[in-house]
Amino acid sequence: MTTAPAAPRRTALDAVHRALGATMTDFAGWDMPLRYGSERDEHNAVRGTAGLFDLSHMGEITVTGPQAGEALDFALVGHLSALAVGRARYTMICTADGGILDDLIVYRLGEAEFMIVANASNAQVVLDAVTDRAKDFDAEVRDDRDGYALIAVQGPQSPAILKSLTDADLDGLKYYAGLPGTVAGVPALIARTGYTGEDGFELFVSPADAEALWQALTEAGQPYGLVPCGLSCRDTLRLEAGMPLYGHELTTALTPFDAGLGRVVKFDKPGDFIGRQALEQAAVQAEATPPRKLVGLVAEGRRVPRAGYPVTVEGGRVIGEVTSGAPSPTLGKPIAIAYVDAPHAAPGTPGVSVDIRGSHEPYQVVALPFYKRQR
Amino acid sequence: MSINPQELRYSKEHEWLSSAEDGISTVGITSHAADALGDVVFVQLPEVGDTVSAGESCGELESTKSVSDLYSPVDGEVTEVNEDVVTDPSLVNSAPFEGGWLFRVRVTGEPEDLLSADEYTAFSGN
Repeated sequence: MTTAPAAPRRTALDAVHRALGATMTDFAGWDMPLRYGSERDEHNAVRGTAGLFDLSHMGEITVTGPQAGEALDFALVGHLSALAVGRARYTMICTADGGILDDLIVYRLGEAEFMIVANASNAQVVLDAVTDRAKDFDAEVRDDRDGYALIAVQGPQSPAILKSLTDADLDGLKYYAGLPGTVAGVPALIARTGYTGEDGFELFVSPADAEALWQALTEAGQPYGLVPCGLSCRDTLRLEAGMPLYGHELTTALTPFDAGLGRVVKFDKPGDFIGRQALEQAAVQAEATPPRKLVGLVAEGRRVPRAGYPVTVEGGRVIGEVTSGAPSPTLGKPIAIAYVDAPHAAPGTPGVSVDIRGSHEPYQVVALPFYKRQR
Repeated sequence: MSINPQELRYSKEHEWLSSAEDGISTVGITSHAADALGDVVFVQLPEVGDTVSAGESCGELESTKSVSDLYSPVDGEVTEVNEDVVTDPSLVNSAPFEGGWLFRVRVTGEPEDLLSADEYTAFSGN
């Protein structure tokens, strides 16, 4: 028996992308813009001026009720009940044996209301897990994937662009905070978050308002050099900023400690949580025998490392594996994130190469991130 | 109107081939192929004197998202490579049929399935 693949889902901005001549790609079951023109130009716009993204594929899950915070403390590795209203937190959801199911951003919208934003590829898994884990709490878990379109404005000019369209107090809005407001007449949750290494905003709006908001941002951004940006440059932007991507740096085979992100696991929060026992062991083990470490690699040549390529030392001995790689527009050289054995993880470790389809290309080990914005 | 020049012939691997002058033809990739790749960042070409075979890999094109084999559309011997495109691979995107040419080949054999411009336009969809 064969089953036809499901038709890809289209965002509320689909017609806009097509009118802009975007190259579309299937991403986690969604038909998304990969790029509108040159992905390098889009990348450079976000670093230099501003870029506009449709991120409506991201999966929103709302958790409400008197015990919403406690339910999330149990379901996730973070201490969400301690989060102040209007703030956001980067966190993870793990399996009982400590493997990473997804990395998440959780916004506290009210005393008894949270919004989880999951990766598109994991949205159903996260929804199912949170629903199951919250069942003994006085909390309701709601699938809000169809409830929101998500538009991001990223880059140094993004505050100026957004200020021209809203009365909301953007100066008072800190990084990893969110507040309800109105942008270009459209009700929006305005969050100061992103995945580019730049200052920027993510606007959660009703899908019915998405097109009007996109057009308003396009017009307001025009004098500032705002350009529409696809997922291709989003990937190189996050890679330069050293941010992990689920399915590459993070998988169910790894714990947060394996990924060097043990800090997101809050053992001192009250009550039990899914994965606690396994993660306590993982923390001890990471201390005793350091696991492979995530490092940055910068090319001396021009060939580009790709996910899955072996990292080697003299004699061709494999000491690690590339998880993400791309030509870096900012550095002008190929870069990669890789897991390598701890003895070879120090910046400047000599003799490290990437096996690029049989050719051992010399690479320099550097600390992450590759790029940090000036504040 | 097609963007694919009428005077060229095309392979199903999206290479173009100019008419031979003194037995030598120029090879490049089509605008359709360049658009599909995105920004080309690295080009590995065959070397002058190399023997190439129709439909066989003779180099690589790397873009932001992927690496693709470069296929020769004909049998022959490489007589010249475009050093400009090695230095500035973005020529493949900006001028795929002109400054972004890849190599020249003394043709010794041609497959029967090379396409005309109109056939290639129908094949590639643009």
